[in-house]
Amino acid sequence: METQEMTLEFDSDSSNEGFARVAVAAFAARMDPTMEEMTDIKTAVSEAVTNCIIHGYEGGQGKIRLECKIQGNILFVTVSDKGCGIADVDKAMEPLYTSKPELERSGMGFAFMEAFMDELKVSSMLQGGTVVQMSKKIEKK
Amino acid sequence: MEPEYKLMGNTLVVYVPQELDHHIAGKIKAYSEEIGRENPLKNIIFDFSDTVFMDSAGIGMIMGRYRVVQRQNGFIGVKGVGASIHRILEISGLYKLVEICE
Repeated sequence: METQEMTLEFDSDSSNEGFARVAVAAFAARMDPTMEEMTDIKTAVSEAVTNCIIHGYEGGQGKIRLECKIQGNILFVTVSDKGCGIADVDKAMEPLYTSKPELERSGMGFAFMEAFMDELKVSSMLQGGTVVQMSKKIEKK
Repeated sequence: MEPEYKLMGNTLVVYVPQELDHHIAGKIKAYSEEIGRENPLKNIIFDFSDTVFMDSAGIGMIMGRYRVVQRQNGFIGVKGVGASIHRILEISGLYKLVEICE
């Protein structure tokens, strides 16, 4: 099966949220997704990258790595940081839970990633960083 | 693209740009807090006519503004909602908190 890959690394800065969305959208365009599938992918990427900025690096400096792979009709996206990590991943993934209510976070980030992608896996190590792996099947038209 | 604003009496209209993410949400929050210190705001209306993308950061920001206007017995309004924004407002349950203004 033919595989195509793309890797990007960028600074943990909120102005890069839009950049990450556009980069993944441009890479995934060859799969000919519908407008709705494209919006789903962009939303999931946006949530994951925002988490790295707000929670992983807590607004400070750091690098975010974005890896994409197309295998057949499945898009795989991995977003990772080397930030502070998540103490309790199950708790963090509960809908409406947020560790930062003072920052007006809705607590829906992981719920959106789950809703808009087919699969979601989160692994994290305290002081080591967090890896979010997602995939979505793009139906053949 | 930057958000634009119009103050009409005690109602602030926010013209949301094409994409509402954490980056833009932070700007809208900061502006509405600043303007709210000078003129107490009762209502905030979000105009989504140009907006095609919103993620959970937009929801958090709107919920934050909701808490503020609630104290003044005001409301949060939305207008110009297209298909993709409608989907997010619906999934998040935000329609229960906002009024549709057209």
